[in-house]
Amino acid sequence: MKLIKDTAVKLAIPLIAIFFGFFAGAIIMLASGNNPIAGYAALIDGVIGDAYVFGETLRMMTPLIFSGIAVAFAFRTGLLNIGVEGQLIVGWLASVVVGIVFDLPMVIHLPLAILAGAIAGGIWGFLPGILKARFQVHEVIVTIMLNYVALHVSNHVIRNYMLASGQRTDFISPTASLTSDFLAGLTDFSRMHWGFFLAIAACVIMWFILWKTTKGYELRAAGFNPNASSYAGMNVKTNIVLSMVISGAFAGIGGAMEGLGTYGFIQILSSFTNLGFDGIAVALLGGSTSIGIFLAAFLFGGLKIGAANMQAGANVAPELVEIVIALIIFFVASSYLIRLILNRLQSKKEGK
Amino acid sequence: MKKGLLMFLFSIFALGTILAACGQADDNEVETPADTGDTGEEVEDGEGTAEDTGDFVAKMVTDEGGVDDLSFNQSAWEGLKQFGEDFGVEVDYQQSSDASDYAPNLNRLARDPETSIAFAIGFLMEDDIRSVAQQHTDKQFAIVDTVVTDDDDNTIPNIANITFAEHQGSFLVGVVAGLQTETDHVGFIGGVESGLIKKFENGFKAGVKAVNPDATVSVQYAQSFNDAATGQSIANTFYSNGADIIYHASGGTGNGVFSEAINRARNGENVWVIGVDRDQHEEGEWADGNVTLTSMVKRVDQAVYQVSQMTMEGNFPGGEILEFELADHGVGIAESTENVSEEILSAVDEWTQRILDGEFEVPQTDEEFEEFEI
Repeated sequence: MKLIKDTAVKLAIPLIAIFFGFFAGAIIMLASGNNPIAGYAALIDGVIGDAYVFGETLRMMTPLIFSGIAVAFAFRTGLLNIGVEGQLIVGWLASVVVGIVFDLPMVIHLPLAILAGAIAGGIWGFLPGILKARFQVHEVIVTIMLNYVALHVSNHVIRNYMLASGQRTDFISPTASLTSDFLAGLTDFSRMHWGFFLAIAACVIMWFILWKTTKGYELRAAGFNPNASSYAGMNVKTNIVLSMVISGAFAGIGGAMEGLGTYGFIQILSSFTNLGFDGIAVALLGGSTSIGIFLAAFLFGGLKIGAANMQAGANVAPELVEIVIALIIFFVASSYLIRLILNRLQSKKEGK
Repeated sequence: MKKGLLMFLFSIFALGTILAACGQADDNEVETPADTGDTGEEVEDGEGTAEDTGDFVAKMVTDEGGVDDLSFNQSAWEGLKQFGEDFGVEVDYQQSSDASDYAPNLNRLARDPETSIAFAIGFLMEDDIRSVAQQHTDKQFAIVDTVVTDDDDNTIPNIANITFAEHQGSFLVGVVAGLQTETDHVGFIGGVESGLIKKFENGFKAGVKAVNPDATVSVQYAQSFNDAATGQSIANTFYSNGADIIYHASGGTGNGVFSEAINRARNGENVWVIGVDRDQHEEGEWADGNVTLTSMVKRVDQAVYQVSQMTMEGNFPGGEILEFELADHGVGIAESTENVSEEILSAVDEWTQRILDGEFEVPQTDEEFEEFEI
């Protein structure tokens, strides 16, 4: 009975948070002279209105699922991987490099390019992992710094070695591409690509590693209580490094999805892609579970794609759209605060 | 407890990063697209059906800069708004917050049956407009600052390519620089080296050479359009080596050039910057003066206006490469001329006339500059 109640509460909190977010957004729209019903109708229409926007939403979900998984995976081991953004950028760059440089049949080329993204992201995750395990350097600081390193190193590489036209590299060879005429045809020329199915597979893989393998149990145990797991004979330091590497690899594959699927190239990034940072919100809202991440990625992907339609369909100014979206994220993120407060109240009650 | 604290920290971080990310576009003034849309309709109602222009709808997609970027996105939107007011037709814009928005935004305009012509502002949208236009062959598109070609290097029949004779405008600011320089040494800082920016460089060098054959022109590329730090360090090198005027064609990188010039002007040095794309007078302002000598302006607003008008009159220049020149008022020097002497201004007028009369061709490429004699 308690289990069912717990599950209900777990589900209810993010839903309430989302509702509050939309409600606050509606108030802002009212206050600024827009019709919130028309605004949200345009938003929903911009997400599921027709095949094209739906395809774009699924396309947008793909990297968000990967970055969400990356954050959640590290979080399950008690680590805050704020460096998903940087891991994603190096993964993107590495996959595009492999996609351009090599000339191989598709069966080898495509997996190789994705693997390159995973390895690059993994290395970017390994650095903070080893620093944390060996020298107790807090991973938050290292990962934040490595985001900037990733951004500027990748820009430097593109600018000096790979610049083709304007601000981007050449296109990757078709044998390394995830684009699909079939999916594009289904969705009226959207940029949806096979990566979406890889993202679903990644959700399953994350669940399998964490809950169905011994290593996964150790990783989670280290997250729950490092001292206890150390006492139980687990090597916590190895687990920290491993967790960061796997987390970085997921993020790197997320970058590869952009490089091999959406764009087919990497451009000089004038600022962060925000895919990695949004992954933090996705993991939060999804409660660090596979299904939760999938659904949260749909919400965030939908908001991003649908937002443009609020401007086009309901004449809501783009700046206002961003405020509304930010409010929704604000309430979603604060759902954990709400839960924290609820838990405190409950435990106090039980304490008495 | 530990976990609770972790959760809390996590939420704060998430919030911080997300809000910071979302905050970028919010700090500028809001220009509601609804306003213009409404005006358009009212004018239409007022005029009745005198002209059959009521169903013409012109829309544009901005690049990352947004519609209030103080640069060519803003200029394009001003041109489009003016067009909407003058002809009583509906105009609107779609703002892109990053590069991944280009394709959906262009697609939205392409799939909207009302849209008569969709403008892509800036060469960054080249790849996206190519695929969207090829998927929607019945729609009319236009792109600013580049020429979009298909796999066989042919232009695409439903894209009008709007380009500018930047070399002519650059020639005129070169004339200003050549006459103004006291050290007989001027500099040119480019963004990413490309055919487009070469037009600025060669036009400028030709202008200097035409009026002051003894002057040296230092040239360097920052290889970026948004790296103000590099811009500043190149400017520092140029000024230290004796250049007293720098012309930049480097977008945001040029902001560093202005910073360096202002620093030096504060220390009493006599240095100048020549701005690009629009009148960059305000970028050069500091407490006791202004380091902006003049600017080479590109009238994106004029171009967007004219192409809209052509399209409305049934003469959509699809597949054509339109070059807006001095003669079309597509390029020229800025209106703020307080730092330029009357004498130099009259020289500029004289050279403008000579270009308009076709007395000589302003060089665009390195080869043409090699052969350039005046």
